[in-house]
This record gives sequence, C-alpha cells and structure tokens, in this order.
Amino acid sequence: MTPSTIEIVPTPDDQRIARLAAAAIVLTVAEAAIPLPLPGVKPGLANIVTLIVLARWGWRDAVWVALLRVFAGSLLLGQLFAPGFFLSLAGSLASLATLGLAMHLPRRWFGPVSLSVFAAFAHIGGQLVLARLWLVPHDGVFYLVPVFALAATVFGLVNGLVAAKLMQGRVSG
Amino acid sequence: MKARLAEWIVLLRPGDWLVLAGALALCVLSALALWRGGAPDKAVVRAGGKVFAEVGLARAQVVEVPGPLGVTRIEVEPGRARVASDPGPRQYCVRQGWLTRSGAVAICAPNQVSLSLAGGAADYDSLNY
Repeated sequence: MTPSTIEIVPTPDDQRIARLAAAAIVLTVAEAAIPLPLPGVKPGLANIVTLIVLARWGWRDAVWVALLRVFAGSLLLGQLFAPGFFLSLAGSLASLATLGLAMHLPRRWFGPVSLSVFAAFAHIGGQLVLARLWLVPHDGVFYLVPVFALAATVFGLVNGLVAAKLMQGRVSG
Repeated sequence: MKARLAEWIVLLRPGDWLVLAGALALCVLSALALWRGGAPDKAVVRAGGKVFAEVGLARAQVVEVPGPLGVTRIEVEPGRARVASDPGPRQYCVRQGWLTRSGAVAICAPNQVSLSLAGGAADYDSLNY
C-alpha cells in the first residue's frame, strides 16, 4: 500500500471528544429503541453527555460532542438528511446557543438541572420553529406546544438529575 | 424510598426549583392559551331558517322562540346553552342537553328552531374550492 502523503495526527483533545461523542451516540441509538407515543417527544438521553462535557470541558467541546452526535447518530439510524435529522439539528443548535448563555448563571444557585431544562425548552423551540417554517407551514403545530413543554420539563429534570448525579463528588469546571 | 428520593433532591439547587416552577407554569399557560379553541362566546337561535336571536354566553337568560307547534324555550348559562323544552314529539334537541363547544348545534326540526354555538376558533363544517 502506498503510504498516504497526508497524515492526520489526532490530538488528545480530538480523542477525548471522540470518546464522549461515542458515548452520546450510544445513548441516541439506545433511545431510538424506546417506543414513544408522539413523534418529537424523546427523552434526549444524549444530552446528559452534553451537560457533563459543558460542565467539565466548556462550551466548545459541548458543541463538538452534540453536533457529532446529531450527525453520526442519524447516520447510524438511517435518518441522515431526513426531516427528523434537520429537526434534531435545529433543536441542538438552539439548545447549544441557550447553554452558551445559561452556563454563565451563578453555579451556586443554578445547577445542571436548570441548564438541562433550559436546553430542553430551547430544543423544542428550535424544532418547532423549523417545523412551522418548513415541514408544517400552519399554526396547527403549536397545538402540541403544551405536550412538548411538559415533556421538556420532565425529561429536562430527569437528564439534569442524572448529569448532576454523575458529576457528584467531582470538581466541576 | 424516602432516603433514595432525598439523595436526588440534594442535587437541586435553589435556582433549579425556580426554573422548574417556571417551566411548569409555562406548560400550564401554554395549555390554557392554546387549548381553548373550542370555547364559544355566543349562541345563535334560528326559527324557520332565519336568525331569531344572537345571545351572548356571558350571563344566564332564557329565550322563548315561537314556532309552528308552540314555544321552544332556550336556556343560556355562562359558557353553555341548551334547549330546555320543545313542543316537538321526539324531543331530540332537548335530550342533547347542554352544548358547550363552538359549532355544536341542537335542531328541533318539527318546530323549525335551531340552537348553535359560535365564536372562538370554530372548526369548519366543510371546505370547498
């Protein structure tokens, strides 16, 4: 075999991000097997990983992990470039932007649960805006807002608690 | 069980409770704002095919409508209306009871009287192009 002229040497940073993204992807794939009554309502377990990455390594790494998760996760599920993928991407971008702002809240008062709930609401917000503009150009989509909001509250709380539990006893930051 | 729960609750910081309360409030408010589409605001009473009266559903009152068989009494209460009595033989419209949703109709065909609720985001009966 001809040796490649271009050699990409992954830095320890790359390897760490890849490991964390892999964990997030596993959760995405596992979650796809859970039957749920409504399209669009999902626990979003992969966000636990995003929250931990955000707390321990900062926003830049969280963006990397979350977006790699969206792309690779949908590739594995055969959803790449399907409508669900774009909804997922819009939701992730909105929630990453929100996390970027919310992470500056005082840590003493606002823990992972707050961040998780904010991110969950931003996620449904981003999805709904894209759905309204592109997939269902009718105000009827907003009829489901209360259901999505309740799901975001519940799953935001659960994911936030799990993330907090996993980080318990470690120095965050 | 209680100890288990306490283990999780310590993970919540004061601001987290605030955020959760806000999130729940948002759920309730959005449900109240978006799911009241069927709430009617007036009752339309027709006799012999013509509008006999349009009554707001804000306060209770009774409307008496004369028809070929006699008088049909329509009772209105805040948010709902019904045909209280009708001289027709089969009493279908009376048995329908209280109408509460926009677009609901009670028809007393023999006496040529109908009661329908309107307003709110009424659903369409039919659409054509």
